[in-house]
Amino acid sequence: MAEQGVLQEERTLSETPSEEEELVAGLRAGSDAHATRFVRANAGWMRAVAFRLVRDDGLADDCVQEALIKALRNIGKFEGRSKLTTWLHRITVNEALMKLRNRKRLQEDLIDPLLPDFDENACRIEAPWTKRSTAEEILSQAEQREVVLSKIRDLPESYRIVLMLRDIEELDTAEVAEALGISEGNVKVRLHRARAALKKLLEPLLRGDAL
Amino acid sequence: MTPSYGSKAWRFMKGAMLRNLPLMITCRQFEDFLLDYVEGSLPAGQRRVFEFHIKICRECRDYLAAYREATKLGKQSFDDPAAPLPDDVPEDLITAVLEARRSTPEP
Ligand SMILES: [Zn+2]
Repeated sequence: MAEQGVLQEERTLSETPSEEEELVAGLRAGSDAHATRFVRANAGWMRAVAFRLVRDDGLADDCVQEALIKALRNIGKFEGRSKLTTWLHRITVNEALMKLRNRKRLQEDLIDPLLPDFDENACRIEAPWTKRSTAEEILSQAEQREVVLSKIRDLPESYRIVLMLRDIEELDTAEVAEALGISEGNVKVRLHRARAALKKLLEPLLRGDAL
Repeated sequence: MTPSYGSKAWRFMKGAMLRNLPLMITCRQFEDFLLDYVEGSLPAGQRRVFEFHIKICRECRDYLAAYREATKLGKQSFDDPAAPLPDDVPEDLITAVLEARRSTPEP
């Protein structure tokens, strides 16, 4: 499964403005040729987005199928204020979130063991760092990338989703709050805890110790 | 006498100092401000207090640097230049979408 940054996908696959207008006009007119072009151009990166969130090939395919059908049905509602790929990205994310909600409720998972440590004086407990590897150094080894991805998958679900939507899918706080039906304050608390937990999970890599 | 760095007595004194001196925050309060600080949304006054804590607290300084690097590492782990663009979309998925569209009357 290819894991591509969404910005990269949009850069690679989005059409120039005039091409996009022509495509949208064709879709609104009900052209089969335009619909085929639209589906083939977008299904791939949409599948990568859906897979990042639901982590299951079959569910990801379902998301893409339903998102594309919705997009084609609602192309009349696409206002052209955002790019077509941004609009499709939001539809795909919403389908993936719906799948996750159906599979199991986003329960309040136990994240406490992964949060930072403080003593009884409210002082932080943090072992000294003698050296710290950079993200680039760590990712120069392919097997370490897999370790990082697996640590993100290990995050409690309700925190992982917020981290994915904010840091990877690059939705803003208000968009994540709306998509998940929670307050913006709650989004910020969850994002911070998810990052703090990820820091703890990635600490052996960052300190250069064996995992 | 001065308690040795990191000892129980040293921590007690550090905690008391951070709690009681003006313009100081505890490490727990630092934690509450952290996301707004890294997102650049902390008002100037609070930012100065936060940055003063970074100067005087080795633990929070180390923690913040590791938190930033871990966040960056998480983001970058999804940008794999070696990964091919996903072109393995099943043909029947594409067919199903196009058929669903043909069978749906215009709203
Ligand atoms: Zn501190």
